[in-house]
Order: sequence, then C-alpha cells, then structure tokens
Amino acid sequence: MSIPLSYTWRSLWARRITTALTLIGIALVVFVFASILMLATGVERTLVTSGDPQNVIILRRAATSELVSQISRDEANILKTQPQVAVGADGKPVASTETVVIINLAKIGTNDMGNILVRGVSPEAFALRPQVRLTGGRMFSFGSDEVIIGSNVAERFQGTDIGSRIRIGEDQYTVAGVFEAGRTAFDSEVWGDVEQLMPSLGRQSVFSSVTMRLNAEGDYQAIKDAINADPRTQSSDVKREQQYYREQSQTMADFIRVLGLVVTVIFAFGAVIGAVITMYAAVANRTVEIGTMRALGFRRGSILNAFLIESILLSLIGGIGGLVLASLTSFIRISTTNFGSFSELAFGFTLSPQVILYSLGFAVLMGIAGGFFPSVRAARLSILNALRSS
Amino acid sequence: MFVLKLILKNAGRHKLRTALTILGIAIAVMSFVFLRTIVTAWSYGVEASAANRMISRHSVSFIFPLPLAYRDQIARVPGVEAISFANWFGGVFKDPADFKNFFPRLAVDAETYFDVYPEYLVPPDQMAEFQKERNACIVGEKLSREHGFKIGDIIPVEGDIYPGQWEFVVRGIYKGKDPTADETQMFFHWKYLDERMTQEENGRAGAIGWFIFRVTDPAAMPAVARTVDDQYRNSRAGTKTETEREFQQSFVSMSSAIISSLEAISLVIIGIILLVLANTIVMSARERTREYAVLKTLGFSPGHVVGLIGGESLMIGLLGGVLGLILAYPVVAAFAQAFPTFFPVFNVAPWTLALAVGVALLAAIVAALFPVFRALRISIAEGLRTIG
Repeated sequence: MSIPLSYTWRSLWARRITTALTLIGIALVVFVFASILMLATGVERTLVTSGDPQNVIILRRAATSELVSQISRDEANILKTQPQVAVGADGKPVASTETVVIINLAKIGTNDMGNILVRGVSPEAFALRPQVRLTGGRMFSFGSDEVIIGSNVAERFQGTDIGSRIRIGEDQYTVAGVFEAGRTAFDSEVWGDVEQLMPSLGRQSVFSSVTMRLNAEGDYQAIKDAINADPRTQSSDVKREQQYYREQSQTMADFIRVLGLVVTVIFAFGAVIGAVITMYAAVANRTVEIGTMRALGFRRGSILNAFLIESILLSLIGGIGGLVLASLTSFIRISTTNFGSFSELAFGFTLSPQVILYSLGFAVLMGIAGGFFPSVRAARLSILNALRSS
Repeated sequence: MFVLKLILKNAGRHKLRTALTILGIAIAVMSFVFLRTIVTAWSYGVEASAANRMISRHSVSFIFPLPLAYRDQIARVPGVEAISFANWFGGVFKDPADFKNFFPRLAVDAETYFDVYPEYLVPPDQMAEFQKERNACIVGEKLSREHGFKIGDIIPVEGDIYPGQWEFVVRGIYKGKDPTADETQMFFHWKYLDERMTQEENGRAGAIGWFIFRVTDPAAMPAVARTVDDQYRNSRAGTKTETEREFQQSFVSMSSAIISSLEAISLVIIGIILLVLANTIVMSARERTREYAVLKTLGFSPGHVVGLIGGESLMIGLLGGVLGLILAYPVVAAFAQAFPTFFPVFNVAPWTLALAVGVALLAAIVAALFPVFRALRISIAEGLRTIG
C-alpha cells in the first residue's frame, strides 16, 4: 500500500521556509540551465532561418565565411548560368552576386564599437530572401550611393537615422530606408548596390559570394557535381544556404552550450546538496512519524517512495518555477559579435519543446539525486528505535 | 572563548549536514572563481598592452588595408620612436571546425616587429635564422606545445583572405617576458606575403593591416593620434589611431554581451551560496530554539545568541570559501591544459580570490540575519514551549 500524496504535500508545507529555500535554489539552477539552452537555440534559430532550403551559396574553397571569400566576376557568370538555377520572370537567373565587408559603428549608449556587416547585393537578392521588407524610408536605388539598414542596426547604432551618411570604404553612403528580415541575421546588416559598393571597397572584379535559387531543392547534388566537374569553377565551393548559416552559428552556439553546461552541472551540485540537507532534516524530524507509519503497516518500500516522491515533487515545482522565470527572458534580445562571422548579430532567447523537456528532466534528476540517500535512510529505520526516539 | 567552543560543538552536531554545506559552498565558490577567471582572461589583451604603444588602422574597420607608404610619414611625426606593421593573414590550418586549429597568423615586418614588442623573447641564433629565410616563421611557446611544432617543421596553411597553399618553416620559438604575454601567435615575413601578392594579385601588393609604434612620452599620445589622423583625413584611406589599450578594449567590447552574461551568472552563484548556507543555518537555529531559550534563562545575553548563530554561519562560510579556492586551482589549471590556445593567458587573478572569500563571508552574514532576528524576537517562555 502506498502512502497518500496528500501526506507528502502537507509535509512540504509544514516546513515552509526550508522548502521555499530549497525550491528557490532548484529554480535558480533550472533558470540558468534553461536560459543558456534558450540562448544557444536562439543563435542557431536566427542563423538557420536566415538560409532558405532552396538556395545555395557559393564561396571560395577553404573560405569559412563570406568575409574572407573571393569569387571572380568571370567565375560568377559561369556559376549563374548553370541549368539548375531558377529563372525569374524577366528571364534572368535568380542569383545575387554579393560583396561583404565589415565597418565599425558606435553603439548607442556605450560608444562601444560594433562590427556591422555591409552586403552589396544584386536586384535578385530580394527574390532570394523574400523575408526582407522595408519598414521605414524607401528602397535604395541601384546605381546610387544609397543603402538600407537592418532594424537591429537602426535600433542599436549611432548615426544610422534615415538621411544620415555612413562611410563605407572610400565613399559616403546615404541611409535611404530601414528593413526588417523576420529576425534573421540580415536584420543586423546594411545593404546596398554591389556594383556601386565594389569600387568604394577597392575590389573591382572580385565578389565575396554568389547566392542562387535552385529550380527544386533536389537539384543540389546535380549543381554541386556540375560545378566540381567544370575546370573553370575549380576554386568554388557550393553549399546549401542553410548549411552555411548553421556553420556560422556553430562556434557561438557550442561556446554557449559548453560553458553553460559546465556552469549548470556545478550549480546542480550546489542545489542537490541543498536538497540532500533538506531531505535528511525531513527524515530526522519525522522519525517518530515514520515509526508510526511502519507500525500501521506501511512497508519500507512505501516509505522510500514517499520520501523520493517528496524530493521529486520539490524539484519539479522548483523546475517549473525556473522555467517560467526563464521564459520571461524571451523578451530580451542580445546583440553581440558572432565568432563565426566576426560581425554583429542580434538574437533572442528561444524557448523550444526540447528546452522544456531537458530542463524538467534535469530538475527531476536533481530531485532523485538529492532525495535518494535520505529516503533510503528513512526506509531503513527500525520500527522500535524510531518510535522510541523523541 | 566559551562561545567559540559552543559554535564548534554546534557545527559538529550534524556532521553530515555541516560537511555537505561546506562542500556546497566550496563548489559554488570554485565556479565563481572559474567564471571570474574567464572574464579576466577575455580582457587579457587590455592588461597586456604596453603604456607607450599606439596602433593605427583604417578608419572604416580593420579589415581594410593601409598603404605601406604611410610608414615613413607616421615615423616622422614628432614623438614617434619606433614603428612596425602587421597584417592579419587568417587562413585554414587542418580542420577549421576544431577550435584548437585557430590561432593568430600574422604577416609582420621581420626587421622591426620584435623591437616594438620587446616582451616577445626570441633566442638570438633563432632570430638570425628567421631573418635569413623568406618563408620562415616564429611561433609562440604555448602554440608550439599545443601542436608539437619544432624548429624546422613546416606549417601548411590554406589561404582564405590570401588564396592559395602556403608553407611556413618554423625557425624560432618565442617566449613571453612575463605571464601576461600572449604565446599563441605565429609571425612570418610580410615580404613573403607581399611578393606572392605582387605576382598573383597585383592590386593587393604594398598593403598592410595596421601600424604599431612606440612613443617617447605616453602623455603625448592624444596629440600624436590627432596629428597622424589629421594627416590622412582627406585621403582615400583614412586612419584611426589609438593607444594599444583602447585598440584591445574595442575587441573586448565586441563581446560585451557575453561578458555581461558571465557576470550575471556569477551573481546567481552568489545567490546559490546564500541559499545553501541559509537553509542550513535556518534549519539548525529552528531545531535549537529551545536551547537558546535555556541559554537566555541561564542569563546569557541576546548578544551571545547572535554570536552563536552568526559565528556558526561565518565559520561554515569561511571554510567553504577556502575549500572552494583550493579546489579552483586544479580546475583552472585543467581548463588551461585542455584548451591551451582558447585564451592566450588564463590565470587566477589575486583580486578574484579576495572577491570570492568576501562573497562567501557576505553570504554567511546575510544567511544568519533571519534566524538571528527570530531568535531575538522569540520570548523565553515561547522558546521553551517550542517542539523542534
């Protein structure tokens, strides 16, 4: 026969302060654990949703980011005319030859310098990334010294109001409008006409990358094989756009995860010790109670279960509290230099079902770890000694 | 003396509980020290910068090159002593996905670079060998240990910013003059880079990344910066000149969000220390409510009770804190061993230790507050009636 849950519940309530302190401890640990997982998920989500499954990006072989990649104009022309590349309504391939550099702008409030990614694009770039839409001002005109800036840059950096001038390379550019890109990496970029930007950057005939839309997702292997086989495109390397962005997020997400896990595992020790202390005290205080229950006919197993359930309940409530606290962080957006691309990236804390599952699982694990030995002690008390103790 | 004895006896009554509490605090203090060390290591470059060095780079961002021709013009600015320059080479060594294989590779002016950085010590015979060979390089002591580079080894690098296959022969290994010097870099001849650029991509020849120069008087630095930047204000490549410290600081502040979150986490750790300790002290004080009443009946003043509770809390907090510091050293050393090039310098700073102990003691005082107030407020009769 098992001990009713109401007994467990009332036992926790009887020692409110100790219970509350243990709860807060566990909630803090789960809070840190969950928010770190949410942050890592946020970085990945931001970058992965920047890529479209039907798009491919071509960089120079060995280049790990667009910033250090070089594709010559001749090579870009060969790449764009592959048969697998989708053709737009105007009969031109849906491909954007792009040039990428970073410029320094000062953050609002702190004067800290941020690395802003400037992307020179072809007109097709907007067909390739339909999530980009203007929210203020107007579109830059191709062939002019104008740029549009992502919403994150507009919100966080000085001198980026519409109409102000930004120096890019050797020339000044006017901010014509602000765009929003569905919380992807593009939100942290500045876009202008590639043919206009290249001379300003002193790179007349070298692009950074080519992004192209395929006729179908399945054409990926075909285009990869074709480019690898063509002797004129030997220095190019084709990747799915999503894969490229996943790689860009890798270092950052891994760093957050590894550091976060190390920290939370150490934290968990602290919280488990808190729970062990609480549960040992619970057992010591209730020795007579335990003896009475045993005398009434409850078995050792039932006692063990009751105490273990008490501990798990305690940590589960703490875990849910921590998770609720952590979910509040999803309103915060962080903007910092991404290690992978060496440029500013804004991302948020993203709650996913996986994060919830891991956090609650982690809490239950702490409950079991903290409650096991005290429960065993409770179960092993002999009836006589327990009843005799005062 | 009597109170001290009672505190010791009290702490020993629940040996397991006291031991667990000390362990809990020790672990929290250890992670506190570890996190603070990471924060310190992040800004090591700022600490390691020399007071009399300045850096000039392109005003738009440091990825844009400056013409080498600026060197002689900057050298003529009054107050500038010695000048050198460097280029970020980048490139891919082995598998780029493994962070271990990322280390700074700089093309430097072989003749002058080590004059401007006297903290990098190269044995004279190795330096002579390095100077003689165009594709020679010098690597840091820490880097050479990490990858097993020996004199005469060839380091193959696939270029990204400077495309092509590159090979560098190790001709020297430098050591840092003091523990704050970065021993994870690789330096090679800028002339080697420039020769290949002249042949392969002529437009990129004669370009350098940034100038480093020493000034005679650190007080004159703002004036020197202004003079240099004014010289190029209207040229195609403007400069931004700042002290080495500011230059390094601008890199650190790029990741300011990460540093602030690490700092936030270390605050949460303080919270955890407090909770573990408060839990134990509240619990013990509650169990002893009757004893405190007895003590008061016997004529002990409330001050004694405060001393008993507070003293036990301070003792446990201090023991946990000291144990945590002792544990922190092997953990920091193990991390430094496992990722030698992750942070160029990874040491526990003395003030981190002081801070950690201070935090543990502060937590001990706060943890004792509530039970102390309770013990003071409760009347003797009430205390005696309590069943703990």
